[in-house]
Amino acid sequence: VKFVDEYRTAGPVRKLADRLALAATRPWTLMEVCGGQTHAIVRFGLDALLPPRITLMHGPGCPVCVTPVELIDKALEIASRPGTTVCSFGDMLRVPGSGHDLLWARAAGADVRLVYSPLDALDLARRNPGHQVVFFAVGFETTAPATALAAHQALAEGLSNFSMLVAHVLVPPALHALLSSPGNRVQGFLAAGHVCAVMGVEEYAPIARAYHVPIVVTGFEPVDILQGVLACVRQLEEGRAEVENQYARSVRREGNREAQRLVSEVFRVVPRRWRGLGEIPRSGLALAGRYAELDAERRFGPAAVPAREAAGCRSGEVLRGLLPPGECPAFGGRCTPDHPLGAPMVSSEGACAAYYRYRGVGGRL
Amino acid sequence: MATMDVIGLSCPAPAAADHVTLAHGGGGRATRQLVDRLFRPVFDNGWLDQCHDGALLPAPVSADGRAQRLAFTTDGYVVHPLFFPGGDIGSLAVNGTVNDLAMCGARPHYLSAAFVLEEGLPLSDLARVVRSMRLAADAAGVALVTGDTKVVDRGHGDGLFVTTAGIGVMDHDRVIAPSEVRPGDAILLSGDLGRHGVAILAAREGLGLATTVSSDCAPLVAPVRALLDAGVAVHCLRDLTRGGLAAATVEIAELVGRRFELDETAVAVAPEVESACELLGLDPMLVACEGRFIAFVPEPDVARALDALAGAGCRPACIGRVAERSGPVVLRTALGTTRVVDLPSGEQLPRIC
Repeated sequence: VKFVDEYRTAGPVRKLADRLALAATRPWTLMEVCGGQTHAIVRFGLDALLPPRITLMHGPGCPVCVTPVELIDKALEIASRPGTTVCSFGDMLRVPGSGHDLLWARAAGADVRLVYSPLDALDLARRNPGHQVVFFAVGFETTAPATALAAHQALAEGLSNFSMLVAHVLVPPALHALLSSPGNRVQGFLAAGHVCAVMGVEEYAPIARAYHVPIVVTGFEPVDILQGVLACVRQLEEGRAEVENQYARSVRREGNREAQRLVSEVFRVVPRRWRGLGEIPRSGLALAGRYAELDAERRFGPAAVPAREAAGCRSGEVLRGLLPPGECPAFGGRCTPDHPLGAPMVSSEGACAAYYRYRGVGGRL
Repeated sequence: MATMDVIGLSCPAPAAADHVTLAHGGGGRATRQLVDRLFRPVFDNGWLDQCHDGALLPAPVSADGRAQRLAFTTDGYVVHPLFFPGGDIGSLAVNGTVNDLAMCGARPHYLSAAFVLEEGLPLSDLARVVRSMRLAADAAGVALVTGDTKVVDRGHGDGLFVTTAGIGVMDHDRVIAPSEVRPGDAILLSGDLGRHGVAILAAREGLGLATTVSSDCAPLVAPVRALLDAGVAVHCLRDLTRGGLAAATVEIAELVGRRFELDETAVAVAPEVESACELLGLDPMLVACEGRFIAFVPEPDVARALDALAGAGCRPACIGRVAERSGPVVLRTALGTTRVVDLPSGEQLPRIC
């Protein structure tokens, strides 16, 4: 990844900041959708380089953060059964359900494994034929193709001991939900580059038109993010509301057709509850058709009704961009990465974790 | 099942086995054979040859006959896998303990080693680890003078765990400790970050991470010696292990109650380490090293200290300052912005050392 440096050097970043200062004549509120972008912004201190007129709100784009508590409880329940192995990505293992998290369950004796890819989970199932291996599939459109591929291979090989607890969610319905919510202040979006690399940019045009908001598909490096902000501000200043692609080095207009085909073969679109945001229509993926036999909820029983969230956790407001993480009363006191009340304090894409890690408690800078 | 045959009822000669058996930990003939044939010839010194319950060591005295202070430390090693590019659990167990002594400002002299072996461990692996320990001990100028071996049954260990303890002699009167850090002190870093952590990750199965990165596992005795011999008024030393540069600086900053200001552009990270971290979502500031340290020295001594470290084979840099006021460790980024450096939460990478 040698090219990373050219998107991080001080010269181009400063130049962009200067151009932004000239371009922004009025106050604008933008939202970066993706948690990866949030982390880059806080880690590199990019918000400090923006003119004060521009406010960046952090969006719901952390898949681990929005995974509903009942699915985590379900994963914990499955993991507690003898002869089962639950595996998922590292961050997901540390997010508390109603009570504990999956790493706690592992310490208590459950077989919980960290994997880096759904294909690793598939491999676990191959190597442990006597065990039921359940992959807890989280992520946006970015990781859905890999999950779909694992499902496809599992059926092709007739792996009867492999199943999936699917928590995949989709970005565009979340943008609809945010823009149509009563307290909305977002005037423009930086859309997530990786999601669009898979899905393309076409599904964003109706949103830009319907709500008259510019949507700029943006990458993850400092130069990318400032270019995205600049493009968004220029549209706002000129009264335009279009879909623009800043991240053309990775995103093609049509996306990755092969990945899309695989996703639509394996999954169907369903309503899904988002942690902190409530139920959003047509915003989740569930195993479809013959792949439904891999559905862990079918194999082990459905997830229970939504259980309780930790009292005092305002992650719903954080995920909608309404509450800056540092202004939550629990931030850094009752809620820290070691004792998180909510998922945004846990995940490497969570806004609260980014602020805790790079800003400290009480703006210690 | 081969294991079963070897521990079998009528087989009293596990020395002929090619892997560790429970008998090797039984305290009987097999244990004796293991010590006599595998450990003693490799470490080869008079203290071990005494075959006593402990080693009798001379009390250290200075040239003018005064008693000298001792430094004493211990550390356990559970790294997985046992062998990785740039080292193995043996060299790690020697260097880790040697470096803890060096960070006290002591000259390391003696080590002990306690081995917890899992039944079934190939004896060739054990021999390889033991030879590697001897080489590391020679490089650091220490002797392994006493030890112990236990065997746990299969499934109750992961091949091999090692605990070493070390004794070093303070052959100077300086106090080198966090309590000596002063406002205005420069913070020097002895080399680049992240090599050990990335090498371990790459060596683990299933990551599919192809990289040529080797661990930086090495003794730090010579560079510390070079600082002291150059007359640098060293205030504090700390090696970067778990939690990397972030953990080392944050721990000391909290102990001394002062703000540390670091400069990101002065902190070296090799391109191959940087790209591996990028791929895995790791921050090089938090990734473990096993052969790097930071030194707190007074501002007037900086140039001399950098020269001394370079002369000892390091590629040092001055990466920051201790501020007058209290506060966190902050990092000025290449973009000119500032962020807090904090301790990692939870376990970034289990069993890295």
